[in-house]
Amino acid sequence: MAEKLASLWPEITLFVATCVVMVVGLSPNQAARRMCPLLTGLALAAAGILALGTGQDAKGLMPGMMPYAKAVIAFVGVLLTMLLVGVVDRFEEQAIERGDAAFDPGRSTRGEFFAFFLFSMTGLMLCASADSLIWLFLALELTSLPTYVMVAMSSARQKSKEAGVKYFFLGAMGAAVFLYGFALIYGGTGSVHMTGIRDALAAQSLDGGLNPIALAGFVVALVGIGFKIASVPMHFYAADVYQGAASPVSAMLAFVPKTAGFLAIILLCASLGWRFGESGSQLPEAVRVTLWVMAALTMFVGNVLAWLQTSVKRMLAYSSVAHSGYMLVGVIVGPGDSFTESGIAAVLFYLLAYGIMNTGGFAIVSALETRRAAVTDTGELIHDEADDINAFRGLCRTSPVLGWSMVLCALSLLGFPLTLGFFGKLPLFTAGISAGEIPLVLVLGINSAIAAFYYLRLVALPLFEHAGDEAELYTETPTNARRVAGLISAGGVLVLTVFASPLMDAAFDATGVSPAPEPGLAEQPTPLLEERSALAD
Amino acid sequence: MLIVLLMVLPLICAGLIVFNPRAQAKYIATGASLVSVVIAAAALLQFDFGQTAMDQLAVSLPWVPALGLELSLGVDSVSLLLIALTVLLGPICVIGSFTAVKEDVKTYYAWLLILQSAMIGVFAARDLVLFYICFEFTLIPMYVLISLYGSSNRKKAATKFFLYTFTGSVVALAGFVYVVWYHASLPGSSWTFDMVALGESARLMSPGQQGWVLLALLAGFAVKVPLFPVHTWLPLAHTEAPTAGSVILAGVLLKLGTYGIYKFALPYAPEAVVEYAPLIGALSVIGIVYAGLICWVQTDVKKLVAYSSVSHLGFCVLGLVAINSVGVAGSVLYMISHGFSTGALFLMIGMMYERYHTRSMREVGGLGSKMPIWSSFMVFFVMASVGLPGLNGFVSEIMCLMGTFQAYGWTGEGGAAPGGTLGTLGPWFAFFAGTGMIVAAMYLLIMTGKMVWGTYREPDGHHASSDGHDELPTDLSRREIGLLIPLAAGCLLFGLYPKPLLSAIEAPVNETVAFFEGVVPEPQPGIETVANESGSVGAGDADASGEGAD
Repeated sequence: MAEKLASLWPEITLFVATCVVMVVGLSPNQAARRMCPLLTGLALAAAGILALGTGQDAKGLMPGMMPYAKAVIAFVGVLLTMLLVGVVDRFEEQAIERGDAAFDPGRSTRGEFFAFFLFSMTGLMLCASADSLIWLFLALELTSLPTYVMVAMSSARQKSKEAGVKYFFLGAMGAAVFLYGFALIYGGTGSVHMTGIRDALAAQSLDGGLNPIALAGFVVALVGIGFKIASVPMHFYAADVYQGAASPVSAMLAFVPKTAGFLAIILLCASLGWRFGESGSQLPEAVRVTLWVMAALTMFVGNVLAWLQTSVKRMLAYSSVAHSGYMLVGVIVGPGDSFTESGIAAVLFYLLAYGIMNTGGFAIVSALETRRAAVTDTGELIHDEADDINAFRGLCRTSPVLGWSMVLCALSLLGFPLTLGFFGKLPLFTAGISAGEIPLVLVLGINSAIAAFYYLRLVALPLFEHAGDEAELYTETPTNARRVAGLISAGGVLVLTVFASPLMDAAFDATGVSPAPEPGLAEQPTPLLEERSALAD
Repeated sequence: MLIVLLMVLPLICAGLIVFNPRAQAKYIATGASLVSVVIAAAALLQFDFGQTAMDQLAVSLPWVPALGLELSLGVDSVSLLLIALTVLLGPICVIGSFTAVKEDVKTYYAWLLILQSAMIGVFAARDLVLFYICFEFTLIPMYVLISLYGSSNRKKAATKFFLYTFTGSVVALAGFVYVVWYHASLPGSSWTFDMVALGESARLMSPGQQGWVLLALLAGFAVKVPLFPVHTWLPLAHTEAPTAGSVILAGVLLKLGTYGIYKFALPYAPEAVVEYAPLIGALSVIGIVYAGLICWVQTDVKKLVAYSSVSHLGFCVLGLVAINSVGVAGSVLYMISHGFSTGALFLMIGMMYERYHTRSMREVGGLGSKMPIWSSFMVFFVMASVGLPGLNGFVSEIMCLMGTFQAYGWTGEGGAAPGGTLGTLGPWFAFFAGTGMIVAAMYLLIMTGKMVWGTYREPDGHHASSDGHDELPTDLSRREIGLLIPLAAGCLLFGLYPKPLLSAIEAPVNETVAFFEGVVPEPQPGIETVANESGSVGAGDADASGEGAD
């Protein structure tokens, strides 16, 4: 127990920071209130460093996963924090600064906003540490619940509220589905612990086949978690919600719940084990087919729908759907003997690359807004975001930093050579082909090509067009942090390619799945585990 | 080190251009490209043309060990000659753009230099992923050059060019990775992207596997060549590109496709090449004749030369799939000589366009009286392109056709039929491709007739709007003549005395052809290939056929 607790230092840090931020956000002193994002960022950085230090959970299902996953989460989290600066209370704080208004703690939302963000990040890190289904469920919900609120409070526009409600109801449905799946898994294996499930399934497969209830549970759970990663058939909310939320929050939605979902999917699949099928290195047929269909459809639907959009946020939303499809390929492939053959390592590395480049893309979107403030129905002032793709016309000339960052992030999202996106996609190719999933790799290749059709717009418009009347309507937001985040991301997609090899090694080290005990011993640990779970409850 | 220098120097100079005043951009670019020529000349002198291995002037650095990637460069004679062609076209493109490009000159010259670096990377790469990265990376500079400096329809052209090539090469990447995986799955092998090691393993693949790999690779390379029916991006891109862009596109970028086929498709999948040669050959012949017929009805002179590239590159591919030493050597020669003659034609059309601002043969023509020097060069390069004996086009074209003609000897039981070599093409392919030569003569001569001879025509209001190009004399300036002379000298030299070039490429070409000897159980004596080397490959093939039977 103490050992497990010791591995949770990053989460504990984040939780403490959450409480601090919530209080600081209500401080009557404006300078103190302005510290909220800084505190958030520092807490995440500290959590990242602690994650690297706390080491591995030797008893867990995937002992090596925690340090890598948490460090990645913390790094992208810092970038996201920079985006979130100035999302809420901007005009109120300006009025207070001018002396036009007094601080009203009842209306201030800044502290809560960053506290919710930290809650969500805590949940995300807890997903990486999950060792039982109950823990996993709670962690997934802790990740998601704050995001529902953040979507709704992210802008004064009515559509944000609508997006929040839509996201909440669909999210609740998704949660119900995978919770049902978890229940079935428990019913079919008699354990809620990942290692217990693994051992029970190993015993079952020696004993004449897997329990169909457990298998059905896995299928249902995976489809339900598909909501978190926005994969087909649970992708419908993505475009509306991403468009309705302020773009910094959309950036968060595109990374945080998605990472949580992938960690959960990887853990679930690892407890099943990639040891079925003819080659003895596949998931059970039912689960494999489910994931296969999900992956292929997610890639096609995401890319084709993204192609049809004129709204940048909707385009990025559907493209993030497509990226989930790419990563599902790695999940289907499963772990391997080396980085090039390990689909899981490819997914973990891709999560890092995707986190950086996608956050970068959203950072540029959120760094542009309408020149003139509009008045909402409720009488609040608001600068609308640069959602129209024409806002990016000639951006490389009018604002070279933003323009070139956009070009680099778009090329990386496309997977163009020499960017991090390419080094992210190449392992998916190598792992997929090593596992004999050639049709799926071809689908991946074709979809990379389809993606070029729309990402190229984000390259061509800033680079080649001249800023026209439409682009004149937009200007840069006053918050510098978003520009810096965009710049860091754009630099990251180039610079991290130099360090690709150590990062890949780290991703590979994170993928070890602890094996099921030998058949003869399989009977022994199960009661012990049950006892432990009883104690834990 | 020289090769590294050739790649790095343009990149450094591109950086210099960005951080220096715009007036200096063209001088920095000129300096960089001229120094590159000197370096390439030094590399040619240092090179030992007797060797076949791609390990001369080599450099190897670890890059991404987790993926087995290396920054590995090295050349054999074929790639070195193509690098020399690239480097030679460098200053011609830079100096040729002095008067044509007036806006955003820093961006223009910087991307031109980056493009040169990427193209050299393609030819010098010994690591598959490095090759792929450079191959893909050529897209970006070209995309920028067409999009920013092209004619009216440039954006569509640039996008089409990018999407076609990118789509094709992603599929090719899957093929590459499959070969790498196959190599890694052999006992005692590890994951590597080293091109040579992969070639040896790839030939052990069963014919079925080779077939899929070949199709995947062709998806990437056929688009680039371009082969019928995926050629439709090319006329648009060529027509809209600025002059230097067209010269590089025709001179080097199209050769990336044929180089890819030569360097990967032939050695990696010999059995599949034998099997699919009639199909590829048929597509090439269709391309030759069909594109030639399209040329015939063009009124846009740049589009005509663009389509003629489709037609000419058909010969090049035909020579490659003839898989005998005559055909392959002819094809490699064609890659180089086409760079000279068609590159020069695009340059000439650019010069004409700068003066008349039209490319339509209806609006401008009969320039023989007005621009005698231009007209003389035009006739000369048209003749080189038609394949007039004594000029470069003739030698390579006739070698490709000879190779195709002889390649009927495949009997499927080992050994070649009398008089032929081991191939699955034959006289009929050569015959239909030969009609393409006749068509080429017709459309090129008709074009010359309209442009050079006849009564002088100029577009309406030509003199009224001539204030924009004061600095250009009516006929060619000394700068322009200076650009054309090296190209003309090359055409003449390789036409009259191609032997040095042929003997330079002999060793690697024979090595490539020898891979096909292995496809037959018993190579017959008397066929002019390196019999010594085919032994080991033949043994490997026996394993492969055993596998196929399983």
